[in-house]
Amino acid sequence: MAYSEKVLDHYNNPKNVGTLDKESKAVGTGLVGAPECGDVMRLQIEVDEATGTIKDAKFKTFGCGSAIASSSVATEWLKGKSIDDAITIDNMDIVEELSLPPVKIHCSVLAEDAIKSAINDYRVKNGLPELELEEKIVH
Amino acid sequence: MELPIYLDNNATTPCDPRVVETMVPFFTSNFGNAASRNHSFGWTAEEAVDYAREQVAALIGANPKEIIFTSGATEGDNLALKGVAEMYAAKGNHFITTTVEHKAVLDTCKVLEKEGCDVTYLEVERDGMLDLAKLEAAITPKTVCIAVMYANNEIGTVNPMKEISAIAKKHGVLLMSDAVQAVGKIPVDVNEDGIDLMAFTAHKMYGPKGVGALYVRRKNPRVKVTAQMDGGGHERGMRSGTLNVPGIVGFGKACELCRLEMEQDAAHTSKLRDKLETELMKIEEAYLNGHKENRLPHVSNISFKHVEGEGLLMGINKDIALSSGSACTSASLEPSYVLKALGLGDDLAHSSLRFGLSRFTKEDQIDHAVELVRKTVLKLRDMSPLWEMYKEGIDLDTIEWAEH
Repeated sequence: MAYSEKVLDHYNNPKNVGTLDKESKAVGTGLVGAPECGDVMRLQIEVDEATGTIKDAKFKTFGCGSAIASSSVATEWLKGKSIDDAITIDNMDIVEELSLPPVKIHCSVLAEDAIKSAINDYRVKNGLPELELEEKIVH
Repeated sequence: MELPIYLDNNATTPCDPRVVETMVPFFTSNFGNAASRNHSFGWTAEEAVDYAREQVAALIGANPKEIIFTSGATEGDNLALKGVAEMYAAKGNHFITTTVEHKAVLDTCKVLEKEGCDVTYLEVERDGMLDLAKLEAAITPKTVCIAVMYANNEIGTVNPMKEISAIAKKHGVLLMSDAVQAVGKIPVDVNEDGIDLMAFTAHKMYGPKGVGALYVRRKNPRVKVTAQMDGGGHERGMRSGTLNVPGIVGFGKACELCRLEMEQDAAHTSKLRDKLETELMKIEEAYLNGHKENRLPHVSNISFKHVEGEGLLMGINKDIALSSGSACTSASLEPSYVLKALGLGDDLAHSSLRFGLSRFTKEDQIDHAVELVRKTVLKLRDMSPLWEMYKEGIDLDTIEWAEH
């Protein structure tokens, strides 16, 4: 199977690989996936408390090239967005951006789950109620 | 050095130029049908097929009359198992095989089960070896055939065929073997090994694709299989269909070359394989899959923990053609069933690379492969959350993963 140029580019030059301090109140961490499925994604956001915007985002991913590219794209999009905007990122936007084939759609779902999970972690840390998240069933 | 480098020789091998050279005249000038009995075109083709049959038989210590040409090992496996099931239905309907067989054997067994046969699928040990006591214990008065691969295609583990055939003989059971990966690479002798039916193929031993053979024993015991295709009654009535003369000629030549050059090929591939393996095993948290000694000289299967196989291949496959135990590229996200059958955890089963060397592999290609694999493993570990947790001393088994 051939990979799209964009997947290859993100795989070869991933953006925002790294770790933020998960103990910090300003940082939300989402860890999704499972080793037995062959994908584990950890996505972190650092929120500017004054403005409510995401000033930094980092990821680490165990998975195929499409999973790495999906997380890389997600962190790029998160930076500078408000929390409210970030929650609207849809997995199909990632599918479109990276031209993911049907068998790789689960990678984009994982990235969306990671974003939402990170936002919820941040909300809980700051005394806000958890958002109800709709389940996306892909397989 | 020319790129890309091919290290996936368990999937298929390049045709040896000497094989191609022998085949060419049989496409154009000597194009006759080997079954045409009334003219020289037919005679020439028949003669060429007879000669190839001798070359193939010589490689496995068989009589030429025991060689049934097929389209490949998948057909050979099907013909052997379904043919035995039909031919020996009066004797019994029980088959014994292993969970790490090739799909051509496993899926054929599934069909036999649907048709009323009983099949026992034996699990193998952690190193891929079959426990002979378990094998013997599985035999019942209804057992007609044991189907055990000679060598495994993913990990290269070689089964003790002599010991297995001794058990089969003791109980009057036929022994069938898918020997695709072994024939041409290590000494295989159907009489010394006591094999009754054996499927193998040309394209794994520097021959062309689309041609293979089923060995069917003619003496002690005389084995028969019911044909699975109806037609002109070629190949002693066991496999109808006009013979693939150029393919068979090439197969014959490939067998001859393997017979004459086996020692040299094995010395060459095992030396390079050992170098590759020694270097790659220096990487932290690298694990060798399969039996270290009882295995093919040209195969190595290594898992790199906390790195995902498909992601790893993506970093490598621009330069090096390799295969991963992880079947993530297909629609299923299941890792290799062979590695799972060895009892590997999902983390290791998802993280494996299979290296298959050939007589054409060169040392500088191995050096390049080592460098690129090492570089990619280290790069991916830097972005693996599992590696980070492992380094922090977190036991990954204690984490409750959000199944997705």
